[in-house]
Amino acid sequence: MQSPPNSEVRVEVRSTIDIVTARQQGREQAMALGLSSAEVTLVAAAISEIARNILDHAKRGEVVFSFVQRGSQRGLQVAANDQGPGIADIGLAMQYGYSTRRGLGVGLPGAKWLMDEFEIESAVGKGTKVTMRKWVKDENSQLNHSR
Amino acid sequence: MQVPILKQGSYLIASIQAVLSDADMLQLRDDLADKVGQFRARGVIIDVTVLDVIDSFATRTLRGMVHMLNLRGAETVIVGIQPEVAFAMVQLGLTLEGVGTALDLEEGLAFLNQKTKVHAKPAK
Amino acid sequence: MKGNPELNVNRPKAHRKAEITRQDPSASDNSNMPQVKLQPTVNYSDPLLRELVSHLRENRTQLREVWARNILDAKLLSAMSKEEIFSEVTSVYDNYVEVLETGSVDALQAYARNLSERIIPRGVETDEVIGIVLLLRDVLARSLFKKYQHDFNLLNRVLDAYEPAANRIANTVAVSFVQENVRIIRQQQEAIRELSTPVLQVRERLLILPIIGVIDSQRAKQLTEQLLRGIRNNRAKVVVVDITGVPTIDSTVANHLVQTVEASRLMGAGVIITGLSSEIAQTLVTIGVDLSKMNAVGDLQGGIELAEKMLGYKVKSVDSTAAEVEIDT
Ligand SMILES: Nc1ncnc2c1ncn2[C@@H]1O[C@H](COP(=O)(O)OP(=O)(O)OP(=O)(O)O)[C@@H](O)[C@H]1O
Ligand SMILES: [Mg+2]
Repeated sequence: MQSPPNSEVRVEVRSTIDIVTARQQGREQAMALGLSSAEVTLVAAAISEIARNILDHAKRGEVVFSFVQRGSQRGLQVAANDQGPGIADIGLAMQYGYSTRRGLGVGLPGAKWLMDEFEIESAVGKGTKVTMRKWVKDENSQLNHSR
Repeated sequence: MQVPILKQGSYLIASIQAVLSDADMLQLRDDLADKVGQFRARGVIIDVTVLDVIDSFATRTLRGMVHMLNLRGAETVIVGIQPEVAFAMVQLGLTLEGVGTALDLEEGLAFLNQKTKVHAKPAK
Repeated sequence: MKGNPELNVNRPKAHRKAEITRQDPSASDNSNMPQVKLQPTVNYSDPLLRELVSHLRENRTQLREVWARNILDAKLLSAMSKEEIFSEVTSVYDNYVEVLETGSVDALQAYARNLSERIIPRGVETDEVIGIVLLLRDVLARSLFKKYQHDFNLLNRVLDAYEPAANRIANTVAVSFVQENVRIIRQQQEAIRELSTPVLQVRERLLILPIIGVIDSQRAKQLTEQLLRGIRNNRAKVVVVDITGVPTIDSTVANHLVQTVEASRLMGAGVIITGLSSEIAQTLVTIGVDLSKMNAVGDLQGGIELAEKMLGYKVKSVDSTAAEVEIDT
């Protein structure tokens, strides 16, 4: 084994180039997991938004990819962390069209809609953590994998 | 990665060759603005076939670009948005309202021909 | 991750490794696969097992025939002819002996999958397959009884060596069959789903998507994906989505419908919605959709006429069955 157990793939986000890197990394992970090509694109779009939020609102942070398992379900988890200003009113931030910087305000609600699961934790002055997951749809893929 | 801009008759064709960084995107906007003025182009086609994702930033930039080009007198059409990309865009809640779209380069040319023909017709 | 105790995170590489070991029927992550209780270990270098192998080789012709006869008597594999059964029986027998000799189930597994693929469409059931493997186990066990009946002690040891190996083989075959079966069923379901929402090309550049039945979020997504691919593949410029057959939709599905329209437009295709019931129209208005932007037309006929107009065809006369059109020059 090349890396210690339970390690994940992480991408630092410091400049706009890193958004492309994070997206490509997510794409690769999602493909390795066996998500359909349409779903891979959905995941990549969600990553793009969340990584961009780090850059736009917190300046720097990281996106961490890992495979997760719940029962017999397998999925890709994307976690974005930063130590930026945090979000005062998460409910408001999750509203479609809400933006504190004349953006479209689609990033957070859009990413939620694109993924199967979406959790956001934030503390003002401390930072923000967004965790999202996409599950492989049916047991079919598991069988296909073992073939 | 610079986007090549080709001149075809009175149209300009910008065909994006690889996934673009934000900076490339803004560069493309400035280049197109320059070239439309320089060649007095009547139409612009932006071919985005290779883009794997069009996120909120790209959407905003594309929209801004198209409106700016329209103001400079060039009909602009975006071509080549792939099925998966379109699907992800609408799930994000992104649309290209007020922006012409077509399936591919060929359709884009047809779109411009029709639009500029209509414009050229004297009003009754 | 406090809220999800059963969620365990593991890194990508370890995951891939787990996938490879899934081939091994004794691997512990086969939670959703049928399991035959296994003796934990099989010692393939056991000299008794070697002796067994040569016994099975020597008596190949005879044992094979007994087995085939037993299968026929038990009316298993009734969908297959005698000749077919005999030829399959030969292959399975040889693979079976090979597993006992080498300890590797790979060849047997591959053969079992291939066999399953061929016989499942002909209606062979899981219990039949398990039945024939168990029959072979018995045929072989019986021949061992006969050979070693003079020495009960030795017989017991031979059977102890044989049993776990035989069970592992039965397990391998059964699992392969069930996996193959599930895969085929899935494929069929997929095909049926595709069929129930066909994207029809009525004429060049014009697609019709008739949606029938209740749509949930999952199906709505699928429909959209299908339509978008259809637009690209058929180079469609206009799409008529007919929802006459949809009784009702909730606001989530209504949102999907709007997304379908918008996504089609992003690809350069215009969408016409037909058969919008007043109830669905109301749902759309409730979620803030501007119906005037939706190109809603009463019925499919009207929708096709509008589509043809948009494509530059001129509608000459209209009757209830078909619109006669000519190209607008
Ligand atoms: N990582 C973050 N740190 C601090 N604030 C954030 C972060 N992510 C989002 N926000 C806040 O939530 C708001 C909504 O985010 P969202 O991504 O939906 O819209 P936006 O980034 O403003 O615009 P868009 O993504 O459409 O360009 C932001 O305007 C910002 O105030
Ligand atoms: Mg954002």
